[in-house]
Amino acid sequence: MSINPPSNRLWWKEPIHGIELAWIIIAFLWGLFMFFFMIAWHFIGNQNLSTETYRVTPDQFVEKVEAFAEEYPLLDASGDPVDIEGTPVVSPPAGGDVYMLGRLWEWWPALELKKDQSYRFHLSSADWQHGFSLQPVNINISVHPGYEHVFTLTPTQTGEFGIVCNEYCGIGHHAMSGHIRVVD
Amino acid sequence: MTTIDHGAIGYVGPDIRYRSCPFTGRRIERSAELLIRANAVAAVIFLAVGGFFGLMVALTRWPAVQLLPAEWFYLVLTGHGANVLLFWIVFFEIAVLYFASAVLLGCRLATPRWAWLGFGLMVIGAVMANYAVLNGDSTVMFTSYPPMMAEHWFYLSLIVFAVGALIGVFVFFGTLVVAKDEQTYEGSVPLVTFGAITAAIIAVFTLACGAIILIPTWLWSLGLISGIDTLMYKLVWWGMGHSSQQINVAAHIAIWYAIAAMVVGARPLSEKVSRFAFLMYILFLQLASAHHLLAEPGMSSSWKIINTSYMMYLAVMASMIHGLTVPGAIEAAQRRNGFTRGMFEWLTKAPWGNPAFSGMFMSLVMFGFLGGITGVILGTEQLNVLMHNTIYVPGHFHATVVAGTTLAFMAMTYLVVPLVFQRDIIWPTLAKWQPYLFGLGAGGISLFMMGAGTLGVPRRHWDISMVDAAHQYEFAPAAYLMMGLNGMSAILAAAGGLLFIVLVVASILAGPRLDQPGAKLVFPLHDAGAQAVSEYGSEASLKIPGTVMLVAIFFFTFVLYYFVNWKYLSELWLFN
Ligand code: HEM
Ligand SMILES: [Cu+2]
Ligand SMILES: [Cu+2]
Repeated sequence: MSINPPSNRLWWKEPIHGIELAWIIIAFLWGLFMFFFMIAWHFIGNQNLSTETYRVTPDQFVEKVEAFAEEYPLLDASGDPVDIEGTPVVSPPAGGDVYMLGRLWEWWPALELKKDQSYRFHLSSADWQHGFSLQPVNINISVHPGYEHVFTLTPTQTGEFGIVCNEYCGIGHHAMSGHIRVVD
Repeated sequence: MTTIDHGAIGYVGPDIRYRSCPFTGRRIERSAELLIRANAVAAVIFLAVGGFFGLMVALTRWPAVQLLPAEWFYLVLTGHGANVLLFWIVFFEIAVLYFASAVLLGCRLATPRWAWLGFGLMVIGAVMANYAVLNGDSTVMFTSYPPMMAEHWFYLSLIVFAVGALIGVFVFFGTLVVAKDEQTYEGSVPLVTFGAITAAIIAVFTLACGAIILIPTWLWSLGLISGIDTLMYKLVWWGMGHSSQQINVAAHIAIWYAIAAMVVGARPLSEKVSRFAFLMYILFLQLASAHHLLAEPGMSSSWKIINTSYMMYLAVMASMIHGLTVPGAIEAAQRRNGFTRGMFEWLTKAPWGNPAFSGMFMSLVMFGFLGGITGVILGTEQLNVLMHNTIYVPGHFHATVVAGTTLAFMAMTYLVVPLVFQRDIIWPTLAKWQPYLFGLGAGGISLFMMGAGTLGVPRRHWDISMVDAAHQYEFAPAAYLMMGLNGMSAILAAAGGLLFIVLVVASILAGPRLDQPGAKLVFPLHDAGAQAVSEYGSEASLKIPGTVMLVAIFFFTFVLYYFVNWKYLSELWLFN
């Protein structure tokens, strides 16, 4: 009985039955496999989120984002800056840096990216923690104020993508949104 | 009985009174019994409050219903997390610790006055927290990530609660010493007590992490500290937040063994393996907070890999071992009980009408299949990015902590009420159905939230139709369907939860008295429950083909689901 002391005082000397032993070995090997598979994916896979991070004050980061938006505005045929629902659209050069700011309660600015081109994303928050959640791709990354997270991202699909916030950030959390467009 | 005084733990009350349990033959001391009752009752009250909040949350997240306005939704969600995850679970765990020490070892509870003090602090903390949350200025979710700040009351309430719980844990350790000293048992402690010891050791680590992070945060809310680093907060907070889940796991697995022993007469296949598996939960515990930080900036990949796998998945291995030994012990016992036909007669002829057994077995299955497998997926370095902070996460932990822990605790309550409150279950037919109702609902909310999460639905989110947002985003119709089904399952779970509470309260107040001579239990225990010691039966009884089959199905599901997720990941946008 599991609720009584073991009758055999030397219970640790009892033999382990074959079935139990076999399962322990299988479970252990499976654990090892899963462990090494994470490492292996760094070599064979293309989805290893970079962990490159810099300290930054929220103000500094806001400045960087604004400079970025001013430098590469997307212009329409008549040379006027394009916006989506009031958010300016920025069209950075392929292979270049991209800045994305989370703040109460929007993702700023909107982006136009090119398919199969890689970008260096810089992600941070101006105030509270936010959750960068790119949909329907389903890429989800935590965003902290004070930390600038830099990672490479290469869109592999064209279309219109939404960004929602999936870290609770106060009463406007469910209204926090952003936009990325990917073109050929 | 006792006359010796041992200083620190040697509180010798004026009247240490024992009674002998007519059903198990155990010696039960009065103050232990009263403290188990008090903690169990408090647990059930907070489950009622928190469960009600949970229903409100789920009905709000049902897009066609959207019951509460936004402010209330976030407030109630904060209250839900705190009441169920902290208060219901921890009160019940303190009851379990006292049960596993004083009752199972047949000794008195060490320092009952301290135990009452701890209980009092926990009640004060829990009430204060509810006050702070309902007051409206502490809608920060139970994780309270800075720099969002709650009222200082809120942090203080959690600290007070944690101190109370810590006292309870030390009373448990003291009780072990008392039992050893007074030689109330021979040899090693029972397996269930051993499991409780691992839970208690983890609890000390957990509560220390809680103190390390919540005390500065409290000072910060008082204006005495200028800021809290957000990453550091998450790292240490999850040292508490995740390790406490390890407590739950150790506690509910101990309960699985206990119920299996009491209801079908199960004994561990081998003491060594089961105890070793419990010990594994303690090893590398401090690494556990990592899998909450996989989508965070700042930590290196090698740090993430080593930590998220607790050095190579040793805790997962431990759970997988229990996943064999618990059903294996039940199968072996049932075969001894005469159900030897075929592969599964032991299972089909199990006491499915006994809510302690049915609740326990559903908890075992759902914890493994729904909670365990998905937890490993979520905790894999690269896969995490697919569902971090989506509602997949609450889906996963409702499988572990609701379908797993809560259901196991409910099942245990069906034994605690007769044996400790000495009142029988009042409406057996309703009691028989309760675990199924709750289990179905809990399994449903877990599955449907996970389903919605794979479609990107965020957690802690009032409105996925995003009508107030500048940029509209349309979630897939299937996501709406999932959230609707989640709402319906929530109604089932809430009905099952309500039924549980009504049954417990009514039984305690008006159930048939069991302290009369000749009283009989409506849900009988197995005769072997009255044996004084456990017989080791591994070699003799280890024919467990049914369990081998169940475990094989489990393993197959695990491997399949694991690779399905890698397949999804490989189709994701590239991070290079
Ligand atoms: C009637 C039973 C229950 C229902 C219907 C229910 C439903 C829900 C729902 C819909 C959410 C919200 C997910 C979100 O929006 O992010 C949630 C969150 C949560 N639930 Fe439950 N739940 C129930 C019982 C429990 C129990 C018994 C526990 C713990 C033992 C629990 C622990 C939690 C926690 C920790 C959260 C997360 C809160 C947060 O994100 O801050 N729930 N629940
Ligand atoms: Cu946000
Ligand atoms: Cu948010």
